[in-house]
Amino acid sequence: MKKFTFNGLIGGILIAILLATAAIGLFWTPFDPMKLSFTARLAAPSAEHLLGTDEFGRDVLSRLMIGARASVWIGALTVGFATVCGTLIGLVSGYARGWTDGLIMAVNNALLAFPGILLALGLLAVFGANQYGIIFALGIAYTPSMARVVRGAVLSLREREFIEASRVMGNDELYTMFRHILPNCLAPITVLATSMFGWAILSESALSFLGLGVPPPAPTWGNMLAAGRPFIQQAVWLGLFPGLCIALTLLGINLLGDALRDRLDPRMRGLK
Amino acid sequence: MTTETLLTVRDLSLEVARTGHAVVSNVNFDIAAGEIFGIVGESGSGKTLATRALISLLPQAIAVTGGSVAYKGRDVMGMKSRELRRLRGAEIGVVFQEPMTSLNPSMTIGRQLEEGLALHTKLSAEERRERILDMLKRVGIGDPEGALTAYPHEFSGGMRQRIMLASVMLLKPALLIADEPTTALDAVIQRDVMELMVELTRAEGTAVLLISHDLPMVARYTSRIVVMEKGVIVEQGRTADLLEAPKHPYTKKLLSSLPFRGELRVIDTSKAPMVSARNIVVDYAGRKSLLRKAGSKRALHGVSIDIHEGEVVALVGGSGSGKTTLGRTIAGLVKESEGQIRFQGRSRDEDWIDYRLNCQMVFQDPYSSLDPRMTIEALVEEALRLVPGLDAEAKRKRAHETLEEVGLGVDYADRYPHELSGGQRQRVAIARAIARRPRFLIADEPVSALDVTVRAQVLDLFSDLQKRYGFSCLFISHDLGVVEQVADRVVVMQDGRIIEQGDRDTIFDSPKEAYTRRLLSAIPALDQNAQGGVSLKWRLEA
Amino acid sequence: MLRFILNRLLMALPTIAFVSVTVFALIRFIPGDPAALMLGDGAEPHQIAAMRTELGLDQSMPQQFLIWAGNVLQGDFGRSIVNDEAVLPLVVSRFMVSAEIVVVAVLLASLIAVPAGVIAAWRQNSLMDLALVGTATVLLSIPTFWLGLLLLLLFGLKLGWLPVLGYVSLADNVIGGMLYLVLPIMTLVIHEAGVLIRMARASTLEVLRLDYITHARAKGLSEGAVLWRHAFKNAFGPTWTMIGLILGNLLGGIAVIETVFTIPGLGRLMVDSIFARDYPVIQGCLLLVSLSYVLVNLVVDLLYPLFDPRVVAE
Repeated sequence: MKKFTFNGLIGGILIAILLATAAIGLFWTPFDPMKLSFTARLAAPSAEHLLGTDEFGRDVLSRLMIGARASVWIGALTVGFATVCGTLIGLVSGYARGWTDGLIMAVNNALLAFPGILLALGLLAVFGANQYGIIFALGIAYTPSMARVVRGAVLSLREREFIEASRVMGNDELYTMFRHILPNCLAPITVLATSMFGWAILSESALSFLGLGVPPPAPTWGNMLAAGRPFIQQAVWLGLFPGLCIALTLLGINLLGDALRDRLDPRMRGLK
Repeated sequence: MTTETLLTVRDLSLEVARTGHAVVSNVNFDIAAGEIFGIVGESGSGKTLATRALISLLPQAIAVTGGSVAYKGRDVMGMKSRELRRLRGAEIGVVFQEPMTSLNPSMTIGRQLEEGLALHTKLSAEERRERILDMLKRVGIGDPEGALTAYPHEFSGGMRQRIMLASVMLLKPALLIADEPTTALDAVIQRDVMELMVELTRAEGTAVLLISHDLPMVARYTSRIVVMEKGVIVEQGRTADLLEAPKHPYTKKLLSSLPFRGELRVIDTSKAPMVSARNIVVDYAGRKSLLRKAGSKRALHGVSIDIHEGEVVALVGGSGSGKTTLGRTIAGLVKESEGQIRFQGRSRDEDWIDYRLNCQMVFQDPYSSLDPRMTIEALVEEALRLVPGLDAEAKRKRAHETLEEVGLGVDYADRYPHELSGGQRQRVAIARAIARRPRFLIADEPVSALDVTVRAQVLDLFSDLQKRYGFSCLFISHDLGVVEQVADRVVVMQDGRIIEQGDRDTIFDSPKEAYTRRLLSAIPALDQNAQGGVSLKWRLEA
Repeated sequence: MLRFILNRLLMALPTIAFVSVTVFALIRFIPGDPAALMLGDGAEPHQIAAMRTELGLDQSMPQQFLIWAGNVLQGDFGRSIVNDEAVLPLVVSRFMVSAEIVVVAVLLASLIAVPAGVIAAWRQNSLMDLALVGTATVLLSIPTFWLGLLLLLLFGLKLGWLPVLGYVSLADNVIGGMLYLVLPIMTLVIHEAGVLIRMARASTLEVLRLDYITHARAKGLSEGAVLWRHAFKNAFGPTWTMIGLILGNLLGGIAVIETVFTIPGLGRLMVDSIFARDYPVIQGCLLLVSLSYVLVNLVVDLLYPLFDPRVVAE
């Protein structure tokens, strides 16, 4: 048990650093992330440019800070979109059962039959490759997973005796849904939303890396990595730091997600 | 009794490795060859862990802190793992409680039975097969040949427990450890499996260590008994002596917690019944799939039942008898396909709100019947949500009063269900049900998930409240002992039909139907004596 | 058993139908007139009208779908707008390149990760368990495109052991071709092993605490027999499903790896087609990958009873 809290702590710290960096980046960066400087092209990390400069002489640290903001922003909006839509669809589907449920789930399962990133790619072709295109594409791609988890939770909760007790007390279905079912779904929703935040950040970086994400010159970790790739031999830092940022963020989310799951998953709770 | 000692346990002590919390302390007992020896205790008594230690099968989290276990004079705890493995199965066999999870779901019965034989004997494949078929026949499996290639999920719980017995007894062990071997089974099946176990072990001269919370059941089969409480043996001795003249207060408490028959009350049945269900038919829709037509299953075949004002009617029967379905149908949780239900002379559906205010329910599982995210106070108050004419302050006051009434007190108001014990949770469930002063209560196995002593307390609470408020009650239970204590009238169900009903004493003393007699043969008639002991009498089936 | 197989096959049909409808509809949702988009800027109105007729755009949506589906069933996926190549052979040839990388990677990752996960669960909370789980968590947190770059830098540029860029078909040159595949496969194996170790460990832990494991030990079986015969077979089900999902997901997400190692696979083709707005090719890629995803999961489902006979009885 101790192990988990320790891991959770590390995860929490990593995520806190990410959020703090993104927040600071809103107001202050060491240099103007967009300012070109042909005298300082591909400068190695030094006291002045802590993480070096890129092929246009822009400060890497400053650009990473702005990139953190983009990642957090896109991740949060994507997760928010998928969580709200998925939860509503899942609630309605689990609540209605019968015909409506069958239809919603048929569509849902068919959407799940696409690999997530592929569906996002397809949707990007429709929405266009930009920040909001990504949010919609990923949000739609993740919604079915959330809907399925929420519906599963609703269905299993409906069998619990406290839901029947609520019906015996004369409470109507809508009251029971919001007073008893939804609050008890929050645990699986939180666990999944945490993982989704990680998926979203990873997918956004991957899409930006492919050139299908946020277009340059606005920096994201993914497009910085892509831009640094040709120079990787002369300027290792261009390939190293953006990737490291993504990896540490994902590690933080994974550790935090594991800790949350151990804490919130009722199956785990019985085990202590 | 033979005098050869098979197993000697001396000063056995166990603790939770991480916290150092002692779970078993200084346990001593001996088991002689061929005898049936019992350990009785409630949950948390350490009985299961103590017996796991006998064959070094403790969970990783539990550590042995002292004592010794000797099997035929050989020290078990000091054995190398190879030596230990030769002991397990071949010399000492184990049957666990849960028949649903103690067989490997992905392996055929034949292979699981053969595994032990192949490991511990030098029999040829042909001989092994012969032995397995013979044993399956002896434990009453209808088609032994077919069972060999079948998987566990194709058998019922009772059948699986027979297969477990077969798998263990195949190796003719000198000692069989049976840990709550029948607790998960229906009363009638429970008795059949126990009889089979006794018969098999007698035939092979195998000693049995029988572990259970069910004191009468253990007493029925054992010659000597150990009583454990919180990791300590509080009393041990010959079964008959221990029942007759218990010495330790805990043993006395256990015995006095057994359900005894109360006085038979006279219920006024001249007036119209409070609740009347007529010709109730319930069909459950079958599982639909693309290739299969939905075949529906009839759970109730036109059942009628009356419950009078202030009357406690017990509904008894095995699993699948339809008793729970009938209760849930009357509660309005299951829609009847045919028939009608009247409450206080009017159709139930005519004035649904009135029915909802006056009919409440207590569920079986106190771990699932309370919303884990609500405080105790909120849970009880919620029951008053739809009661007209109560303002928020009055509701709170009533909730607190009701908590006091069920013996919880206001201190518990702000706690959450997971902070409470099973018995306390069931008290909350009862508080919630009686908070609106219903005229009619449906109690679905309200005490079957509770420990023996807690069960007695909750039953007493229930009877007190029933006397105080005079509500009518439909009391659903598979446990006839409990029914004998609380019921005024008993209704026996089998296969979705009512087969017999009458006042309690008539049903218990002169049952007419063979099925009722079988149900009754699984529980003892109890008489309390002056020393706090009891005498058990078992009813014969025919 | 037969009913189980038929049932699963029938259940896949609506999914396949829906996948086709989605792929068809997706392209129709793109703003603007496909005919105008295909002809590019400066097209005359009468050219566009002719193109619309040719594409069947003047018909109703359901009719358009039926025409399209009919063509697809006959193997006619249309022609690329960019170079007028037939889509099907193009997509299939690229698909083979991606598939060989993905299949080999998943196979290797499973062979390494599943035993590691089982052992970690067997010795839960031991030092070995902590090390394995820790490593797995770190591995699965490293994005494949970055890991690929680092491996490329190390083995290709610094050490010079392996070719850096390009691809040679295995059919042309077996040894040479394999050299080009080492790095992409290694990248995928490292990442997916992280996922699978954790999955195998979690499902083994779930099984290890069940009564039949204790019962198997109480029978006197050795730890090896307990783990293999009783624990592994029952715990492998969820991992097996996971392997199927990973296989499908990798087919969809392999574009980044192909970009890093400049491999002419399906993922790269799709990304390039998105840039070039080459809709028939995008459609072909989407359809092929999602259908193979459905197919992989169907095969996984059909083989599932090998690990858990209970699913047949349902």
